[in-house]
Amino acid sequence: MQNNLFQDQKFRGILYQTLVVGFFALGLYFVINTTAYNLEKRNIATGFGFLNNPAGFDISFSPFLDFKSTDTHLKVYFVGVLNTLLVSFCGCIAATILGFIVGIIRLSSNWLLSRIAYIYVEFTRNTPLLLQIILWYAILIQLPRIKQAPQIWETFYISNRGLFGPKPIFLEGSNIVILSLILGFIISFFIARWAKKRQDTTGQQFPTFTTNLSIIVFLPLVVFFIMGSPITLEYPVLKGFNFKGGAVIRPEFIAMFLALSIYTAAFISETVRSGILSVTKGQREASGALGLKKNWIMRLIIIPQALRVIVPPLTSQYLNLTKNSSLGIAVGYADLVHGFGGISLNQTGQAIECMAITMATYLLISLTISFFMNIYNRSIQFKEK
Amino acid sequence: MKKLLSIFAVVAFAFTANAGTLDDVKNRGFLKCGVTTGLIGFAAPDDAGNWAGFDVDVCRAVAAAIFGDSSKVEFTTTTGKSRFPTLASGEIDMLARNTTWTLSRDVNLGFEFVGVNYYDGQGFMIPSALGVDDATGLDGATVCIQTGTTTELNLADFFRANNISYEALPIETNDEARENLFAGRCDVYTTDASGLSATRAQADNPNKWVVLPNIISKEPLGPLVRHGDHQWGDVVRWSLNTMIIAEELGVSSSNVDDSKGSNIPEVLRLLGVEGGYGEMLELSNDFAYNIIKQVGNYSESFDRNIGPDTPLGIGRNLNALWTDGGILYAPPFR
Repeated sequence: MQNNLFQDQKFRGILYQTLVVGFFALGLYFVINTTAYNLEKRNIATGFGFLNNPAGFDISFSPFLDFKSTDTHLKVYFVGVLNTLLVSFCGCIAATILGFIVGIIRLSSNWLLSRIAYIYVEFTRNTPLLLQIILWYAILIQLPRIKQAPQIWETFYISNRGLFGPKPIFLEGSNIVILSLILGFIISFFIARWAKKRQDTTGQQFPTFTTNLSIIVFLPLVVFFIMGSPITLEYPVLKGFNFKGGAVIRPEFIAMFLALSIYTAAFISETVRSGILSVTKGQREASGALGLKKNWIMRLIIIPQALRVIVPPLTSQYLNLTKNSSLGIAVGYADLVHGFGGISLNQTGQAIECMAITMATYLLISLTISFFMNIYNRSIQFKEK
Repeated sequence: MKKLLSIFAVVAFAFTANAGTLDDVKNRGFLKCGVTTGLIGFAAPDDAGNWAGFDVDVCRAVAAAIFGDSSKVEFTTTTGKSRFPTLASGEIDMLARNTTWTLSRDVNLGFEFVGVNYYDGQGFMIPSALGVDDATGLDGATVCIQTGTTTELNLADFFRANNISYEALPIETNDEARENLFAGRCDVYTTDASGLSATRAQADNPNKWVVLPNIISKEPLGPLVRHGDHQWGDVVRWSLNTMIIAEELGVSSSNVDDSKGSNIPEVLRLLGVEGGYGEMLELSNDFAYNIIKQVGNYSESFDRNIGPDTPLGIGRNLNALWTDGGILYAPPFR
């Protein structure tokens, strides 16, 4: 019986797995225990109480929350998370658009265009991202100084402290304008649905794009004038050391945004290219034989089938971009790692706590991106009928 | 399980360098000292690639005290951020990196400041073209700061107390901050006044930059070690004190040999001619002689690295001896 038990594959499997889990748990216990022991031995305080202490330092780049030096480390954390999400979100969108364009251009029959795309891809994805970030920042820092900032229509200013432009100020009645804009989107959605249904059943086409665009633009515009122009613009004015008023995009953000999107777009373009090449030649020839226009073939036949190949690696590019945004520290971009994982960590000395929270946050962001991308991926898979 | 745990505890204990740093250093044959990534005058490699500077001299003094040879030091560069973990983990034996002595660093981070080698304060440096002569006139300015420092907190306090606004640009190292300042990304650079003098000395035309008269904080800078190893702390403390006492007694690297025949009792005790003070520290009795002979006394180190005749051109001011109107003071050598 004893002999048989070890010859039983199932029993052996369970035994080995139990052993592996057991050793892993023991290892974890050892690491935690040693850390706690050494922290205590070196008289380093532990715990998460510091989160409620005032930070004592200022963060200037906080577009969503108003941050003062009397705010807590917890708020530093939220400012950092929002800044990380901001640059990741903008970066993912720009990288996707650029990546698709470059991917399609690389397959273009125009020799010059496809060569340029090829050089771009090989150059960007074969040099370290950190260097590209620093390069962009070094270029932006060489823009004109604030006092000599060139202007466009006295509205936009370009300087090495950022790009300055007008900021919308919402006065009374602006809510209705915004509501009408939302209403325009809702109407457009239903028109698009109706038009698609009609085309599916009768084959008749409807100019959806132009109709919807005019609804989205003109409806709020009409309401805007009826309400007596409740939204005005505040222009930046050079006062003392800096521009006062208006909106600004900082060079730290621009450097991060450009570097992340251009770097990641190179990878995405390769994914897109492989996706398009994965669609068999017959599909293209068949749709050509049916008399479809060239860009229709791409949009209606090739891309939908290519997406099934593109989306899974695209997800991991989004994850990479988000995690790479932690390099913002190199140029002083106030992201999660720079603010909470850097300055807070340093001022409080709570290295383990800060790092644990920071890592858990990246994990959460990554899992959320994966979750939604997986839903999207499922929606574009072949539906067997 | 208990036995297993105690084995782990022993292993963990063996990995912490806390037990007997002095013995570790002696066995290793050289001292590991943490310095800045490069701050002219305080710690920077010279033309020949050897580390030199005011903070570097403290490391060299400790090496001279232990080995009788001031060159037995391995320097590790640390940023404002990495310096504390590097020291806490035992990667370095001591840190001499213009670090401000504060309560929380002394207590909460588990370190021991052994003394003050430079009394500093936080100041501001701006292009003289801005025409500002007082820091309260900096309303709305963009300020470059080195992150992970006490200056970050002082800066916020100063602007809040004076009810003026500013925009902070936190930068990782002194070099990057300098680049940003010179390119005009920020109007002002704030750090310890000594650091500002060092940065100014590196500008193409130092006359285009002014250090404002406002000193907004107390920044006692000194070497530190890990808390708990008092014997090691004593060695570093008395190496520093030796340099100060030597200046007080007028003993310098040029007259140290003649001073052995001095008739002043404290000089004889200092140089190990009388008494066994070195043995109390588990060093040789001539440890102070070696420090003075090889590194020099406090004023020699000051004048060589940051004094009026160097590009930094810093006066003694607060760092003059207590007998000369400053606050530099070391306990007696007896």
